[in-house]
Amino acid sequence: MRALIRHALLIAAGLVMVYPLLWMIASSIKPDALIFREPSLLPTETDFGHYADGWNALSHPFGVYLMNSAVVVLGALLGNLVSCSMAAYAFARLKFRGRAFFFGMMMLTLMVPIYVLIIPQYVMFSKIEWVNTFLPLIVPKFLATDAFFIFLMIQFFRSLPTELDEAAKIDGAGYWRIYFRILLPISLPALATTAIFTFIWTWNDFLGQLIYLTKPELQTAPVALRNYVDATSGASWGSLFAMSVVTLIPVFIVFLVGQRYLVKGIATTGMK
Amino acid sequence: MTVLRRPVSQAARKEERAAWVFLLPWFIGMAGVTLGPMIASLYFSMTDYNLLSSPEWVGFENYSKMLDDPRLRQSLSVTFVYVAVSVPLLLAVALALAMVLNRGIKGLAIYRSVYYLPSLLGASVAVGILWRQVFGTDGLVNKFLGLFGIDGPGWISNPETALYSLIVLHVWTFGSSMVIFLAGLRQIPEQYYEAAALDGAGRWQQFWHVTVPLLTPIIFFNLVLQVINTFQSFTQAFVVSGGTGGPSDSTLFYSLYLYQEGFGRLHMGYASAMAWLLVVIVGLLTAINFYFSKRWVFYGDGK
Repeated sequence: MRALIRHALLIAAGLVMVYPLLWMIASSIKPDALIFREPSLLPTETDFGHYADGWNALSHPFGVYLMNSAVVVLGALLGNLVSCSMAAYAFARLKFRGRAFFFGMMMLTLMVPIYVLIIPQYVMFSKIEWVNTFLPLIVPKFLATDAFFIFLMIQFFRSLPTELDEAAKIDGAGYWRIYFRILLPISLPALATTAIFTFIWTWNDFLGQLIYLTKPELQTAPVALRNYVDATSGASWGSLFAMSVVTLIPVFIVFLVGQRYLVKGIATTGMK
Repeated sequence: MTVLRRPVSQAARKEERAAWVFLLPWFIGMAGVTLGPMIASLYFSMTDYNLLSSPEWVGFENYSKMLDDPRLRQSLSVTFVYVAVSVPLLLAVALALAMVLNRGIKGLAIYRSVYYLPSLLGASVAVGILWRQVFGTDGLVNKFLGLFGIDGPGWISNPETALYSLIVLHVWTFGSSMVIFLAGLRQIPEQYYEAAALDGAGRWQQFWHVTVPLLTPIIFFNLVLQVINTFQSFTQAFVVSGGTGGPSDSTLFYSLYLYQEGFGRLHMGYASAMAWLLVVIVGLLTAINFYFSKRWVFYGDGK
């Protein structure tokens, strides 16, 4: 009986949580006139035209914006995987002068508000004419600027026995080989967590994409979506919702695929 | 200063060289994308700079200008209210649900996913757009209130309530904190509860005398993290208010005002000064958190 009540409450809370999302999906296939008249999830009439309308509502088909997002996300993802794992390997496994000092510096950067960096970075990138290219959003990721992931991988590497490295060294393997052939393959969970979080954060990221990509043909999906609100000023909520759903689908898929890693990653490091 | 010891053996020198190679990207990033810009930002904060002509030195003028900038004061108070209301609420909801889910419930994975999903979507533009509707005049919230005969206001368009719709949005993303709490709860040994039960402690007493004290490090961790992150929120205020921070600056988050000054009006100097004030505020809040933590965080090792 107790368990039953508990489940009933949990389900009710869960419904409240996902109701707005389900309502958005339902609204994207309802005729505009019905969206605000009926709050129910099951549409009495359906209209799939919103997807086609929304897709073509801006100066470029929505596919262009999704592609731009994909380029930025894949660039960031590759950059983080390569550069953060390299730095983590050095911090976790190699001895060098100043290690403690540099480690402290790396941890401190976790606390720096991005607003301190974003103005001078913008000045710098505009001086070298990188504004309206994807470079300001991708290149820093190849320079291990996401300290969160370095930290995550250091923690993971430290949990692996050092005998692995020693044995490989005796077999004549160099550091590069140990990193690439031994540590990376068994660090798949940490790499997957990094990849998944980089994907979702970069896909959702707004501020960076807003300031660096101002040409319509270069805009990413979130920025395009925001402009769409201005462009329609509420004329067709159906197609606006349709495109909102479209931009959420990739995150949702990554969520479904990566759930296990997401929960573990968050529980151990406290990332969002 | 301690004298740096030279690596003695050939092998140690080789290892050191390898380390530098592996750290090379990080060093470049640290110097070029983090430290360099920080120093530049400090310099800009003491200049008048509009990006087009070169920066003009003004000393502390930007900082003193902040003192009598009513919009800056407004943005600070909006942000403080946002943090002070949403963070405790979010943590309370996260802890409550983590407690319920921790009691060996069936279907844990499904519940956890459902509650966690909004944390991933909550920062997206799409959800910001959705929120404008949910809390709009004909929105879902008012439809629901209508069932009870209550005629709700246009939450987003009313300066009295606009901020609270953003607070609800933030609390809605409690899932990530909940997952951290769940991980923490699992660390508490079952024997402690058994011992407490033997001493005649009820559920409620067990919660206050076993769970809460042992969980304080995790609560503290979540609190520090949430305060730092929440203070810097941007996207949702931007999307919901259409970039203005309106109505009547009621959702003018600090970061949003900084964006308006820097990228809207090209007051790069003033915006840089604002960024440094943000560093000071976030640093102070974190320090205050750490200071008070001594009174309530229990580390179990007698500290």
